[in-house]
Amino acid sequence: MLKTTSISFSYDNLNSFIFPEISLNNLEDLLILGKSGIGKTTFIQILAGLLTPDKGAISLNGVNYADLSPKKLDEFRGKNISLVFQKPYFIKSINLIENLLTTLKLSGNEVDNKKCEYLLEQIGLSDKCYSKTYELSEGEKQRASIAMAVCKNPDLILADEPTASLDDENCDIIIKLLKEQANNSNSKLIIITHDQRLKSQFKNTITL
Amino acid sequence: MTIFKLSWRNLVASPLNTILSLLLMSLGVGIISLLILLNNEMKQQVKNNLKEIDMVVGAKGSPLQLILSSVYHIDNPTGNIPLSSINKLKKNRLVDLVIPLSYGDSYKGFRIVGSTHDYFDLYNAEIKEGRRWEGGFEVVVGSDVARMHNLQIGDNFYGSHGLLKGGHVHDNYAYTVVGVLNFSGTVIDKLILTDYQSVWNVHNKDDDSEMEITAALFKFKNPTALIKLPRKVNETTNLQAAVPVFEMNRLINLLGIGFNSIQFIAVVIMIVSGLSIFISLYNSLRRRSYELALMRVHGASRWQLVKLIQFEAIFLSFIGAFFGLLLSRLSVYILSSLVSENNTMNNFPLTFVPEELWLLPSALLIGILAALIPTLQAYRTNIPKLLIDA
Repeated sequence: MLKTTSISFSYDNLNSFIFPEISLNNLEDLLILGKSGIGKTTFIQILAGLLTPDKGAISLNGVNYADLSPKKLDEFRGKNISLVFQKPYFIKSINLIENLLTTLKLSGNEVDNKKCEYLLEQIGLSDKCYSKTYELSEGEKQRASIAMAVCKNPDLILADEPTASLDDENCDIIIKLLKEQANNSNSKLIIITHDQRLKSQFKNTITL
Repeated sequence: MTIFKLSWRNLVASPLNTILSLLLMSLGVGIISLLILLNNEMKQQVKNNLKEIDMVVGAKGSPLQLILSSVYHIDNPTGNIPLSSINKLKKNRLVDLVIPLSYGDSYKGFRIVGSTHDYFDLYNAEIKEGRRWEGGFEVVVGSDVARMHNLQIGDNFYGSHGLLKGGHVHDNYAYTVVGVLNFSGTVIDKLILTDYQSVWNVHNKDDDSEMEITAALFKFKNPTALIKLPRKVNETTNLQAAVPVFEMNRLINLLGIGFNSIQFIAVVIMIVSGLSIFISLYNSLRRRSYELALMRVHGASRWQLVKLIQFEAIFLSFIGAFFGLLLSRLSVYILSSLVSENNTMNNFPLTFVPEELWLLPSALLIGILAALIPTLQAYRTNIPKLLIDA
């Protein structure tokens, strides 16, 4: 369960944000809609534990972020939280499946070749396992980045504008995939976007 | 995929940068190592051939030339001296042994040296086949000479005047091979040895003139003679006395200046290689800073990123140094087969020379220092800024 209570954050006097309270159970998903400059990215950084809020508390599965040392928080994030970015990122020097395996290794999970192959097969990238990530098309990269996010079975998947640069067809594919994979790995899914196309696909929606 | 493997893959992924850094590091280490090997080899040769010769007496001229020609057989003789003058010095109670030498002729580039049987004993030369000379114009050849010209017992040849090929051939006297020496690793391997009387006979036109030799090697009974005797000879006779140890030390010191300046250049190359490692790491980190942020998001600690960068630098400097050591050995191998036509590869050093041991840690240190700033960058990787603001 993810729970936030009265979070606020300010960069300076002009840019201060107050964020809504969230309570999310496993297998639930949430769409957070908002215009540019409303603090979407700030909110996702706070939820990921990358930024510390001025006020309020966040807890994931009963663990309060504020109780963890920076090092412990890093470990906690590595194990429990995955991020999907607008622009997909990979380690360039190694191939796609090695990227997945490295993710497993770094997050302290068991390095399981079969599992990664299976995951890539489900996502429709089984023939790209041993390709370099920069050889993939844009759509394939975005799908691969979802594989990167879900392979470690995180508790929480945070997606920051995952569809912003995709056409309608790919947008549908990615959202479907995200929901499906979050479901498979028993994760909570939060998507933060300004993309109105997604509104119809989520039951729970918050507008900032 | 461990951090260790990932470092390696990062290096392989940018081959040009990697090759440049490796090349510079191997050149720096290789040149220094080559200098050490050559210096060592030279000192070894100097020591091997010096044996127990305390003093050399010959005609007036350059003392270094006298030593180089009479002990190492790599220079021209200074001139002739009467045998009687040496016999007078022999009577001195500090003198233990005197070995007369007559040289100046050669056969196909190998020197013919007239001496006594003491010369064999000085170098502990062992007869491989045949025997030592008994009568005139019998020769014993060194192992390299025998091998190069396929000389066997019973073969005859004429000596030619001078030490280079193509001198006047003394075709009135033929030498006969009566013995072949074992390989010894000293200058004697490249000599043709005979009785000094024979060498004199080849050159002497009229029988009345006083017998002359080229130089004489002296062994003393005790070291105090080293101070007294050479001075006495130089001051009271018209002969020249030179002490090999002094002269060779002087030569090594002179060469040392050259060695030092080349060594300085090599150290500069090593430092430049460090710079190259720094630049390539710095640039590649700037290009893939998001990778580090990504790794951090997935749970990598700051120290794992530090290790990632440090391993890259250590790989580069270690492999570079390894190739450098290989390079120097290859160069010695090639040089030794180019320089000496008789191609003696016996001294080809495959093992570590003690002076080289500091090369590997220095290369590693340069690599680690070069990676210091990139490592600090990696340590300070700002995740939100790199990934989310992009």
